[in-house]
Order: sequence, then C-alpha cells, then structure tokens
Amino acid sequence: MSYEATFRVWRGDAEGGELTDFQVEVNDGEVVLDVVHRIQATQAPDLAVRWNCKAGKCGSCSAEINGRPRLMCMTRMSTLPPGETVTITPMRTFPVLRDLVTDVGFNYQKAREIPSFIPPQGVKPGEYRMQQEDVNRSQEFRKCIECFLCQNTCHVIRDHEENKPAFAGPRFLMRVGELDMHPLDAASDSGLDRKATAQEEHGLGYCNITKCCTEVCPEGIKITDNALIPLKERAVDRKYDPLVWLGSKIGLRRG
Amino acid sequence: MTTETRPPEAADSTGRGVHSPGRAAIAQRHLRLDRWWLPQAVTAAGLLLFIGYSTWRAFFGLHTSYAAPYVSPFYSPCLAANCPKMAGGADWALFGGWWSLSPALIVLIFPLGFRLTCYYYRKAYYRSFWSSPPACAVAEPHAKYSGETRFPLILQNIHRYFFYVAIPVAGILTWDAILGFRDPQGHWGHMGLGTLVLLVNVSLIWAYTASCHSCRHIVGGRLRHFSKHPVRYRLWTWVSKLNARHMQLAWASLFSVGLADLYVYLLATGAFSDPRFF
Repeated sequence: MSYEATFRVWRGDAEGGELTDFQVEVNDGEVVLDVVHRIQATQAPDLAVRWNCKAGKCGSCSAEINGRPRLMCMTRMSTLPPGETVTITPMRTFPVLRDLVTDVGFNYQKAREIPSFIPPQGVKPGEYRMQQEDVNRSQEFRKCIECFLCQNTCHVIRDHEENKPAFAGPRFLMRVGELDMHPLDAASDSGLDRKATAQEEHGLGYCNITKCCTEVCPEGIKITDNALIPLKERAVDRKYDPLVWLGSKIGLRRG
Repeated sequence: MTTETRPPEAADSTGRGVHSPGRAAIAQRHLRLDRWWLPQAVTAAGLLLFIGYSTWRAFFGLHTSYAAPYVSPFYSPCLAANCPKMAGGADWALFGGWWSLSPALIVLIFPLGFRLTCYYYRKAYYRSFWSSPPACAVAEPHAKYSGETRFPLILQNIHRYFFYVAIPVAGILTWDAILGFRDPQGHWGHMGLGTLVLLVNVSLIWAYTASCHSCRHIVGGRLRHFSKHPVRYRLWTWVSKLNARHMQLAWASLFSVGLADLYVYLLATGAFSDPRFF
C-alpha cells in the first residue's frame, strides 16, 4: 500500500538555510532513508545526505527526525504519526556542511585525545589471553557504530558550544571507561591514570547523567549505567573516598 | 514535487547552543512533536507530593509516629529524648533532652541525602526542576553550564557515604518490621496488616539500596579481573540485575515509605484499627 506524505527537509549550508516541503510517495515497509532517497531521485537531485549500509551498522545517516536524534535507515515510516508532516534536519550539535550532512570532525578530534590501549610489557600481539567475564563489559561498548547520536544529543555540548574543548562527550568517555575496565590495559604501569584523565582532561564532571545518550543509542548500549556512572565511581574511588585514600597511604590499596 | 519553501523564521538572537554560528540555521529551539514534557511533569508532581507530605510529617508527626507495635519509618531510629516509648524499638536518646525539634529531622537527613545524590534522582530533578536538559534534544534555558565539576554539585560524589549509612538505617527498619510480629501488648507470634505494610516497605527499601550504582561499584564494579574474584563477580551480576530496575525501585520505595508512615498515622489517630491476621 502506498500513500502520500509531507516531508519537511532542512536545506542549506553554513551560511543559512530553510525547511523545504516535499510531497512524496511512501510505500509499506519503508524507512525514512528510503523516502529521502526518493526525494533525491525524483525532486531534489542535489539534496546532500550521508548514508552507506542502510542496515544500522555504519552510523552514517544520523539526523534528527521530528526533533529526535535517530538513524534514518532505522526509523520505519510506520512508527511515525500517520498523516503528520515528517521534519528532518541535520544533527544540530555539529557545524552543517550542506543539507543533512554535518562536519563531525569534533568527534575525531576527541577520539585522538584518548590514549589508546597500552599492552602489558612482554606480551606480544597474538599472546593476549583474557577470560570472557573480564571482557564482557568492554564488549558491550565495542558495539558502538560511531553514529555520534549520543554526542549530538548530549546537552553539555549541544546547548553549550563553549564546553566543546573541555568535554569529550559520552562516546569517548565510554572509550575511557572501556580501557580502564580492560583486563590487559597497562596504562597505569606507564604512569597514565585513566580515572584521573577522565575527570581532569576529558570532562567527566560535566556529565550530569541525564541519560539522553542512552536513550538515543541505536545499538542499545547502556552508556550511562554501564560506562559513565562506573567511570564516575572510579573517579570517586581515587579522589573523594577517604577510606581509599587512607588505604593508599598505609599501603593497603593502590592509589 | 517541491511544494513550498519556507523562509527562515526570525533567527534566535542568542547565538548560543543550537543557534551557534555554523550550525544548521533553524529558528526553533527544538522540533519534537511528542509530549516530551509529560514524564518531567509527572516526575515533578510525584516528587513534590512526597516532599510536601514528608515535610509535614517530619515536623509535626511526633505524636502520631507510633501505634504499638508499629513505628513510622520517618521516626526510626528515634535519637532524641522526646521520642515516644517504643517497646524493643530503636528509641535511643543519643541526642539527649536538649533537642526540642522533631526527632525525625535528625535521621531523615541521611535517607534524604542518599536519595538526593542518587544517580536516578539526579537525572529526575535535573530534568524536571532544573531543565538541564528539559528533555533529550530540547534546548535548555541556561546560558552557562558547568555540570558537576564545581561546588555545590561536585558534592554529588559523596553518594557512596550516604549509601554506607543507608545500610544500618535499612537494618533498623527491618528490625521495626520484625517487631510488627507482636500484638499491641508486646506478645510475639502475632501479625496484622501493619506488619505486612512494614515488611513490604522494608523489602523495597532494601531492594532500592542494593540496586544503587555505588553498591554495584563497591561489590565488584571496581574490579578489572572478575575471573579472579568469582564471589564478587556473582554479587556484581545480582546487583546489576537489580540496578537495571533502579528507577522503578526508587519510586516504589519512595511511595512505600510514605504509605507505611501514613498507615501508622491513621492507626495513631484512631482513624481505624489494625486488622489482625493472627
């Protein structure tokens, strides 16, 4: 079955733009990205949209559909209110390049700022041995497809551009958490305290755990409960817990 | 086909947040069509209801805080000399006779602190009362934001100390529920509806306390090698299951503690008598 829908798509670039209306055919079983492609094929061949796998695995087609950060390829038309105009805009946290395409370079910059995995001395690649229960937590975080919807929805940077230099965002704080929980990461042996850098260099304290990152994650990663809050608790261990402090002073615990 | 091109509405003059230079020029602060405000409104209403009720009871409920054999959870342990005499209960006059205000105020500061710094309640009141943010992808009204990086919100990091205190408090409430297996004259082996109310309440309080994120961290979350600590790993998996229901347990225990107090209040004022099972 087909029907005619009204789509309102933001068109423009960094200089300005506007919401443009399209009347377009929608067929049963289609997702928003299918309809955007139809607009591109039949009415606006110069409409810029970033996409790749159409299967929710590449993280390319992130946008805001009726004001909610989502993947266009994973948003079925049947889940949207019937008869209502569908509004699509680019992600509103990052600089726009053109139409639905934004410059997500901020995220790559933040990724570079996180020191990568440091293998233990004397263990070569191929010799890593880990128990499954030790890597379960990290594996959840490895499901991330880097769509940056969590970064886009996080109000710390969405509503406060000035916080971008100080705050890595949920995706990269999750990365710090992943490495700090990694059973073989030897960062501390080389003098790198990931708990300290999470707070002092990557802005963990800016997170007020309002869970929008978790709400929008298309992979269903429990970013707040399983990465950010555990990381905050690890920072508390190190900095605010007098029992841990005392233990480290008398040699019972590593500081 | 293209039917209409809308001119941009009057641009927001603030030039910050979603209206920062370089971002897509969209005048609206958000484009959400759903009732994004509803969860926040319900949360605010629920919290205000409890705050109003508990404030009234904490300040003015001393003389209706005990109806043998039941004690209100707001007044246990009771640490001042002006507490009602509770046979076998936690009426320890540690503060002596100089404390003339309601003894509930001495104790309630701890559960209050535990809930105020709780990760779930933080989300709830940041969203509902402080609009930070009002909802996901809805622009917040504040010009600046420093989160929990500085005073006073950096104090949220003391949550685990309130967790440590919450354990003995829950233990005392458990003892209060056990005391409910007596009749009003103090003979053991009896049970009434009030016993059930206190048991349900203390079960929910334990579940909420055990599901706490700090608890999850302390029992095992802080480890890097679960395989070397099988007992703590097992504890962590149990707490993790509870932790997934932390929000529901937070609300259930909040209402149960209010209802348990209301039950004792109604008994103490003679509104009805406690139905006895045996």
